[in-house]
Amino acid sequence: MSTNESSESRARGKAPAGERVADWADGRLGIYSLAKSNMRKIFPDHWSFMLGEVCLYSFIIIILTGVYLTLFFHPSMNEVEYHGSYVPLQGQLMSEAFNSTMHISFDVRGGLLIRQIHHWAALIFLAGMFVHMMRVFFTGAFRKPREVNWLFGFLLFVLGMFTGFTGYSLPDDLLSGTGVRFMEGAILSVPVVGTYLSFFLFGGEFPGGDFVARFYSIHVLLLPGIMLGLLVAHLILVFYHKHTQFAGPGKTNNNVVGMPLLPVYMAKAGGFFFLVFGVIAAIAAIASINPIWSMGPYRPDQVSTGAQPDWYMGFSEGLIRVMPGWEINFWGHTLVLGVFIPLVIFPLVLVAIAVYPFIESWVTGDKREHHILDRPRNAPTRTAFGVAWITWYMVLLIGGGNDLWATHFHLSINAITWFVRVAFFVAPVLAFVATKRICLGLQRRDKDKVLHGRESGIIKRLPHGEFIEVHEPLSQEQLHTLTAHEQYAPAAIGATVDENGVERKVKGAEKLRAKLSEAYYGEESQIPKPTVEEYKEITSGHGHH
Amino acid sequence: MSSQDIPEENLPAEQDAHGAVGVADDKNPFADPGLPPHEHRVQDIDERAARRSERTVAMLFTVSMLATVGFIASYVGIPHDKSIFVFPIGHINALNFALGLTLGLALFAIGAGAVHWARTLMSDEEVADERHPIEAPPEVRAKVHADFKQGAKESALGRRKLIRNTMFGALALFPLSGVMLLRDLGPLPGTKLRHTMWRKGLQLVNMNTNEPLRPSDVAVGSLTFAKPEGLEEHDEEFQTEIAKAALMIVRIQPDNIKDKRELEWSYEGIVAYSKICTHVGCPISLYEQQTHHVLCPCHQSTFDLSDGARVIFGPAGHALPQLRIGVNDQGYLEALGDFDEPVGPAFWERG
Repeated sequence: MSTNESSESRARGKAPAGERVADWADGRLGIYSLAKSNMRKIFPDHWSFMLGEVCLYSFIIIILTGVYLTLFFHPSMNEVEYHGSYVPLQGQLMSEAFNSTMHISFDVRGGLLIRQIHHWAALIFLAGMFVHMMRVFFTGAFRKPREVNWLFGFLLFVLGMFTGFTGYSLPDDLLSGTGVRFMEGAILSVPVVGTYLSFFLFGGEFPGGDFVARFYSIHVLLLPGIMLGLLVAHLILVFYHKHTQFAGPGKTNNNVVGMPLLPVYMAKAGGFFFLVFGVIAAIAAIASINPIWSMGPYRPDQVSTGAQPDWYMGFSEGLIRVMPGWEINFWGHTLVLGVFIPLVIFPLVLVAIAVYPFIESWVTGDKREHHILDRPRNAPTRTAFGVAWITWYMVLLIGGGNDLWATHFHLSINAITWFVRVAFFVAPVLAFVATKRICLGLQRRDKDKVLHGRESGIIKRLPHGEFIEVHEPLSQEQLHTLTAHEQYAPAAIGATVDENGVERKVKGAEKLRAKLSEAYYGEESQIPKPTVEEYKEITSGHGHH
Repeated sequence: MSSQDIPEENLPAEQDAHGAVGVADDKNPFADPGLPPHEHRVQDIDERAARRSERTVAMLFTVSMLATVGFIASYVGIPHDKSIFVFPIGHINALNFALGLTLGLALFAIGAGAVHWARTLMSDEEVADERHPIEAPPEVRAKVHADFKQGAKESALGRRKLIRNTMFGALALFPLSGVMLLRDLGPLPGTKLRHTMWRKGLQLVNMNTNEPLRPSDVAVGSLTFAKPEGLEEHDEEFQTEIAKAALMIVRIQPDNIKDKRELEWSYEGIVAYSKICTHVGCPISLYEQQTHHVLCPCHQSTFDLSDGARVIFGPAGHALPQLRIGVNDQGYLEALGDFDEPVGPAFWERG
């Protein structure tokens, strides 16, 4: 009863209005327990932690502007004649989808701005996710307990690509229609069911009269709905796990050091939303994107040169462009390997990234939680894998734009295509080796800095004439930070003979794991970090340099 | 502002060091020294600097308000079809430019104000928060497992196998209804991809002039696009039909045609090929008259029109289909049948 009385007396007293509203809500929603753990939640500070925020905010911007666009867009492929205010296209036949996009761009005040913000935000959203994923990958933030959140993020990236592609196709302009045709050709290449898939997707033969309406519901409802759910789950897990942090003085695996959500991060993150929105609005004001009026409505028998998809689809474009045109005919059937192989590699390139956390945790056999981020140099093999993957991706992007490379740099398109075909196999290997060497070099440098101090730039002449550079010992903070990382020992295959002399069979998986572990953490793959003994030995004798 | 203006008691040296610096440990020089002491910003010790920050933030918020007023003024005042020249972008829509910049400024100023406020006036002392293991403690785990076993036991799902198996059966089958419902998304392919609108006797109509073509209209070295007679832009099925029937016509000196069948199917060196690339279906539109090569601008498949349109470079897997043509009584080019193989991208049933 006492609690009741006290709350009644509070309510009757002159509590501020905000407090009374909060009390009211708490009585129904239990918000105080939620606020207790989250209102002063600590977030660590690092510039790279903003990348995920860029994605979140651009997603919100896309939703806001997208809802506005649906108020004017007609997802229909009925043919109409254009009578809007853009003179060069007047009298032309076009689908209602194209017509309404023209209407938005020329006759709705601010419509062009919202369209451009929507498209720019989509490009930034995907670029943001790409870079955010790299940050998470290279710092090892995907390790336990965050593997599932890595998968959520990965799905957001993949679904984002498809949402982008379907949205890009909606205006039914010449460029996007060509992209849809490409997709149809790729679907046709699927063995056995390809033609059926294509006919079901397009409601018959390409282009038919259905795909804009179908893409529309996929683009505005199905995919964003799933993405919104994933995004909320992603954020809940970020809160639940608490943010990772880099090693440093006072920062351990059991704490999180930073500033509280209220007020600092509320202001910084909230303000950052406006910064992102403001920058995208300014870009949309000055940089035209997807000017459909200069491309015209889609006609399956017309095309423009330099046809390019949006950047995030570029690597699939590269795959399809550089693949030799293999076709195998047998028993009245055709296996269109020239298109189907790229279609299969496309998801494999992505899945390689999705499953990586599970592969690494299998190799290390580490079941502990990790909240301290790795510096990329301290995980040379992982970093090398990441760089090799990016190299692969970039090579394919070059392949996807081979016509632009040829025209802008006056190169032979045949030579570029052959370069990409070779680089597809060679460049990732070279990148892997080079990255690993660089990481080991940086580890050695860290070790030198710990043991011998920082190069001060001061040159001293000794009595006997020798010149030396004075090294300044590092502070304890720096010593701690540079030696805080953990180093795994390669997993060895246990004894193959038990105490009774009976031979144990070593399974293939175990052998593979030992080999991978050696490759990850063997002598070739990491520089042992300095030990206290080494440090004492070097620093105890004076006159060191 | 000079440092002697700052009250003595506000100087960092006068204040308690927060989270004292760890003293180097004799045993372990790499030991964690703990959180470094908080370093004061000028705003923390000098109220005048703090007030300057306050004014900056307020100014940014005011700029935002003005920019929003500017947005509304632009919306009302600038005609939507006015074009202006802006260096170095060129001619752009004035309304889009004005709306975008004012909106951008209004939003950016709010963001900049909030961030400046957070960085200069809100506390910047780092705080440590404990983490707790994500996994539940053993007793919770045991309780949950016991509860689940109890629940499963009470349901008797494991004991009454008949219920279990029929339930799984029902749950596995009912999604089939959903799959069935997808059947009418489109018709079955049948042989639709094997045929186009072309048939014997249909005249070749110039895509640009919409007039039937005479052999004399096709000059050596030119590239002409054609469609079947009777297919008009306003037709319901125009897009779908032209996606298969689009034709490109070139004239090559008959001596230069290397492929025997190609020569046979041509008319006085005029050859008609499908315009739809056999790779993934882009329309081919670039013709090199000296070499008789055509190039698809999408993925750069290159075909030699003087040699049966075979692929000489790029990702396409087979030659472009040729349409057999002749001349009718009135002297117009006509088709002598449909393509003898499917046009466009290859597919499983193509063979």
